Amino acid sequence: MTENQHARSFPPLFSNIITLMKKWFLLILPVILLLAGCGKSQQVSASGQTSSNAYIQNMGSDTIVNLALAWAEKYQQIKPDVRISVTGGGSGVGITSLINKTIDIANASRQIKPEELQKAKAEGLNPYETVIARDAIAVIVNPSNPIQQLTLEQVSGIYRGLYNNWKELGGEDRPIVRLSRETNSGTHVYFLESVVRLGNSKDKTIFSSDTCLLPSSEGIIAEVRDNPNAIGYDGLGYVTPEVKVIAISSLKSPDIFVLPSAATVSDGSYVISRDLYMYTPDTPKGAVKDYLDWIVSPEAQKIVKDLGFVPIANP
Amino acid sequence: MSKNKRIGDTIISGVIKVAGFSSIIFLALILIFLLREGVPALFKVPLNVLFSTTWYPIEGYFGILPLFLGTLLVTLVAILIALPFGIGTAVYMSEIAPKWVKGILKPIIEILAGIPSVVLGFIGILVMVPFMRTFFNLPTGLTGLTGAIMLGLIAIPTVVSIAEDALNTVPDSYRQAALAVGATKWQTIWGITLPAAKTGVLTAVMLGVGRALGETMAVMMVTGNAPVMPTKFDSILHPLRTMTATIASEMGEVAAGSAHYEVLFFIGIVLFLLSLVINIAASSVSMKQRQRSERILS
Repeated sequence: MTENQHARSFPPLFSNIITLMKKWFLLILPVILLLAGCGKSQQVSASGQTSSNAYIQNMGSDTIVNLALAWAEKYQQIKPDVRISVTGGGSGVGITSLINKTIDIANASRQIKPEELQKAKAEGLNPYETVIARDAIAVIVNPSNPIQQLTLEQVSGIYRGLYNNWKELGGEDRPIVRLSRETNSGTHVYFLESVVRLGNSKDKTIFSSDTCLLPSSEGIIAEVRDNPNAIGYDGLGYVTPEVKVIAISSLKSPDIFVLPSAATVSDGSYVISRDLYMYTPDTPKGAVKDYLDWIVSPEAQKIVKDLGFVPIANP
Repeated sequence: MSKNKRIGDTIISGVIKVAGFSSIIFLALILIFLLREGVPALFKVPLNVLFSTTWYPIEGYFGILPLFLGTLLVTLVAILIALPFGIGTAVYMSEIAPKWVKGILKPIIEILAGIPSVVLGFIGILVMVPFMRTFFNLPTGLTGLTGAIMLGLIAIPTVVSIAEDALNTVPDSYRQAALAVGATKWQTIWGITLPAAKTGVLTAVMLGVGRALGETMAVMMVTGNAPVMPTKFDSILHPLRTMTATIASEMGEVAAGSAHYEVLFFIGIVLFLLSLVINIAASSVSMKQRQRSERILS
């Protein structure tokens, strides 16, 4: 009797184990596939150096990301056998990824730092710099703010914490709310060196500690649009009509106030402007070289102008 | 045959045993990793810099105090918001609400628990931030309080579901006895049911605190992230920066092995210790409670 019961209960138990193992396998399967997938995509990326069926991974500055996307789309229309993926994250993220050898091109809105260059050299890389466009940084306030123009020194003073009320600058009796991008942003670093420190490399001043560090360009635009107390800065390409751009004067001629535009950046009269870069791990070869050559061509530089950036060559 | 059965048994109980121990193993691995990456910060960065009041990592200012106090303040206020709403909802659902209301409320609260915090962050930026600025007449609506309200919303479902479970385990005879000696409904809830479920309610609060402590995205989007020391009386109404937001926004950029990287991991250790302290406090209170009730029963 008991023997019989055992005989009957054995097969279901065994099949239970099999089902259990099947379930485990199904659970583990996606992980295996994922791992396999990762390995594969890296191989493809490495072979992106050959010119047919190339896959270019492009990552970095949030300032450049829209421009890089527009270029990638256009270039893939011209050359359907090239695939380009574009990701943001910040200039620091892009260069770190370049050093970690996970991408082919890093976008940066600042030059590579000496310590980053050192790290890259330690990894056996020799980062190659290409200037791809110029960008003006617009200082923006809420449209209801009566302030039209500021000297570069006044902007620096605001972010150093010297001015805390718009009244001190000839505006309304309102507190000043300082907005900035996070410290991993190339725009932040550029603004610190060229505006807050007025280009003086010995100056070790930092942003006033009550400066709000917002994680995205959109966050800054949103807060400036809503808040009449706020002042922010952002790449000209990101500025929307809902915020007001301030005219800035240079240190040399503090009486001439200039609004940012492609023309004023090109002739040097608008001072808060910088070059935008793409870095490759080494002197570019194959598909990456073709892509970078195309980017500096007049055809691609036209897209630069359309997106509110400043082209490099005189178009 | 019975040998085969024993093998099957061994395999299954082995698998279960591994699953049971895995959480301990994971915890140990996480701790080891955190310590390995974070402790060198103590040797690389002088202690008077690490425990100073200025956080500006790209120039070597690694003062974590404003971040630590920012996290404490936001979490504290978040729990002050979540506690009355959470416990209140749990009491209502378990003690007062008719069955059909409970049937509607419970799934709705579960949906609230499922809303991704980044979505709450968006609502925060678009609705709460302008509202806070005009309502309190502040320079900006990106404040600690805005973040605390978001965190409160995130913590409430956790508090409600665990507190409600705890209230449900109180035997009905307790309530009937209280009502039989003439207690009102409110007296029964306040004097009998809630104290009887105290351990579970406390666990609910502690898990809510843990949820608020570790939340990142919603806080990063609405607190303004200014590393200011929150020492003034009204600091909660001004921008501040939490530890989680700092790790999230800076970890992507740092070079592995740099002082900044290690300090970020050190902040991770501080967060880990903070939640450990909260858990130990919670379990020691519930242990005491159990010992007392065991004494009474014996």
